[in-house]
Amino acid sequence: MDFDLTEEQRLLKESVDRLIADSYGDFEKRRHHQDNPRGYSPVLWAQYAELGLLGLPFSEEQGGFGGGPVETMIVMEALGRGLALEPYLASIVLGGGFLRLGGREELIGDVVGGTATLAFAQIERQSRNDLHDVATTARRTEAGWVLEGAKSLVLHGDSATHLIVSARNAGARRDRAGISLFLVPADAAGLSRRGYATQDGLRAAEVLLEKVALPPEALIGAEGEGLPLMERVVDIALAALCAEAVGAMEALHELTLDYLKQRKQFGTTIGSFQAVQHRAADMLVALEQARSMTMYAAMMAENPDPALRRPALAAAKALVNRSAELIGKEAIQLHGGIAMTMEYKAGHYFKRLTMLINQFGETDEHIRVVAEAGGLPAAA
Amino acid sequence: MDLRYTPEEIAFREELRGIFRTKIPAEIRRKVSDGHHLTRDEIATAHRALHAEGLATPNWPLAWGGKDWTPVQRYIYNEEVLANAVPMPLSFNVAMVGPVIANFGSEEQKKKFLPGTASLDIWWAQGFSEPGAGSDLASLKTSARREGEHYIVNGQKTWTTLGQYADWIFLLVRTDPAAKKQQGISFLLVDMKTPGITVRPIITIDGAHEVNEVFFDEVKVPAENLVGEENKGWDYAKFLLSNERSNIARIGFSKEKLAMVKSRARETPAGDGTLWDDADFRRRVAIAEIEMKALEITQMRVVAGQKNRASDKPDPNSSILKIKGSELQQMATELMLTVAGPYAAAMPAHSHNEPPVGPDWAEGVAPQFFNYRKVSIYGGSNEIQRNIIAKAFLGL
Ligand SMILES: Cc1cc2nc3c(=O)[nH]c(=O)nc-3n(C[C@H](O)[C@H](O)[C@H](O)COP(=O)(O)OP(=O)(O)OC[C@H]3O[C@@H](n4cnc5c(N)ncnc54)[C@H](O)[C@@H]3O)c2cc1C
Repeated sequence: MDFDLTEEQRLLKESVDRLIADSYGDFEKRRHHQDNPRGYSPVLWAQYAELGLLGLPFSEEQGGFGGGPVETMIVMEALGRGLALEPYLASIVLGGGFLRLGGREELIGDVVGGTATLAFAQIERQSRNDLHDVATTARRTEAGWVLEGAKSLVLHGDSATHLIVSARNAGARRDRAGISLFLVPADAAGLSRRGYATQDGLRAAEVLLEKVALPPEALIGAEGEGLPLMERVVDIALAALCAEAVGAMEALHELTLDYLKQRKQFGTTIGSFQAVQHRAADMLVALEQARSMTMYAAMMAENPDPALRRPALAAAKALVNRSAELIGKEAIQLHGGIAMTMEYKAGHYFKRLTMLINQFGETDEHIRVVAEAGGLPAAA
Repeated sequence: MDLRYTPEEIAFREELRGIFRTKIPAEIRRKVSDGHHLTRDEIATAHRALHAEGLATPNWPLAWGGKDWTPVQRYIYNEEVLANAVPMPLSFNVAMVGPVIANFGSEEQKKKFLPGTASLDIWWAQGFSEPGAGSDLASLKTSARREGEHYIVNGQKTWTTLGQYADWIFLLVRTDPAAKKQQGISFLLVDMKTPGITVRPIITIDGAHEVNEVFFDEVKVPAENLVGEENKGWDYAKFLLSNERSNIARIGFSKEKLAMVKSRARETPAGDGTLWDDADFRRRVAIAEIEMKALEITQMRVVAGQKNRASDKPDPNSSILKIKGSELQQMATELMLTVAGPYAAAMPAHSHNEPPVGPDWAEGVAPQFFNYRKVSIYGGSNEIQRNIIAKAFLGL
């Protein structure tokens, strides 16, 4: 058993922590990055590329740096601490996951270099978080494929150069079989998108697909077998989200503790009241439980066996969700009015955590996955 | 013991419902129900419609437009306003400064202020909290020094709800810097147009401009605007804060929100059917409803007990109602967040001048969830309420 990072991982952590501290440490900088039409800083994205962060999950043969879920965890935790806006989850974890596991290596170079960015177009009006609920259709033609449908809340979908679209080539709307995945250039004829800000300060897009004609090689993986691949990639994203949450919770907890030590009422610091101390202690308990489960998620994220992997990742997200809920709400409450303001950082962490809880499945949905599996796999 | 309303009480409730549903514009009630903030005009329209029916100030003394209602009728009124998504008449006017002036003000003050306060021709803001005086309100520093026929006010108030619309503000100010904390405080009425007052917006995490900072720089206030006696302001403030106890739980809000949660869940696709088919979700709603039923009966017990109490004494039961009531309101807004699902994430359309991304009711859901964190902070935070219970009830 070994919880220590390797020397290389420690260096990675130091450099990404430094980058995030420099570019987000002063909260005004985040507002500034946000004002960019893309909703994040392209300059900063280029720095991510220079540091090698964008190539981490890809193997060296693919043009990457051969990192794994632990490296992703290190990066996502730092991004969570800084409430970073860049599309690391969308383009590298999700998009990159589809490229490397779906055998689409030709685009990896541009993604690693930061010139191409990806977004995962999956949610539909009726689908909620069900990956297999797909009404968008893919029809085979002589020239390749034609996609027809609408996708919603595509994270960073407005600025991505390419979209990964789930579409149904066979079966009924909620069948598990018959779903295919497509790599679609954002400027494809018939594809239109409308971008907007999200509650947590990120960007998303509505994507309309009207007779979008694609060549045969747009298909990722095997026809009709998109779901298992989506589940693999989403599980990797769940591990990444857990790490982002841990970073955000850690920063929010620190911010709260600092405030409890400074803010005076009734002639003393509010942190001297035992009622407040116990609440801050419970926040730490929740944070450490989440950190443990995030390590478990990283360990299980790339396991190819869904029977082992799926309940493990669901368990991690369920626990992290509950910690995020508790820490977010308690941080606001223990600050009092000040945390209700846009001006102050705590509310922004709370909003990101609230939205993160809902990403790729809410708490009850994940608990259900674990329950239906009959619990967690025994010793891994 | 009979927990049911009498036939007369039911008739009274039906009469109120009829008025609320016909006299308050449907668009306004719809906006309230969807969790949106109202404009100045919408608040005024709803307030004046209630006033025209004699229903803006039922808790005032009879002579000033109040109602000769029983505690149960008052409770029914409060619940039905909220349960029908009617905006409460402006609480700063109706529940706060109005009763203080009616009870402690001079005859001139009553004549000058009460009619306009009831009709909202005068819009009031509450200037109590300061940057350094939140839970510990009595540590407030804004000062008023007497110079001839005037007080000169200096200092800063904050969290002033809707202060940007206010014509007047009622302040707690320190008039005797030498006296012990609570004893040197006075209650002063100040015209917001007086030179030396600056209002600055505070934007809250839901993106709304609901609260403000208000700065006072050598503001000259006629001495006749002092309410009651100098240095007795803390007593009036305590009266004011305990005055609204009958509505502190806002059960009507939670009731309306949970009803909406159920009806929206029934129309929200999920799985092969709707979200309402989801047993885990229904279980969460059931837990909220169980809590709500208990709170409703607790609230009724407090209401029924009121006839045996001296009405000027704060009731420690109000702390129980505040804690549970605020938790339930927050629980209801959180359930709505689940109903909206992924669509809760989109910013409201007005921020980008486009049609809404999801169902039109979904866009106010996350902002209201964020905004409602306030209900366990203001009006005496839930921690302060627990301190009160520990001291006043438990003798700890
Ligand atoms: C949206 C909003 C609207 C408001 N509108 C108005 C208004 O119109 N007019 C007005 O005058 N005020 C208004 N307020 C102010 C409100 O009353 C204060 O926010 C409240 O009194 C808490 O004060 P604070 O924010 O300074 O928090 P603090 O008093 O600094 O409290 C911070 C934390 O410490 C805890 N704490 C403090 N003391 C103790 C203790 N002894 N034991 C245990 N825990 C303790 C609190 O519960 C809280 O969790 C508003 C506030 C908000 C958020």
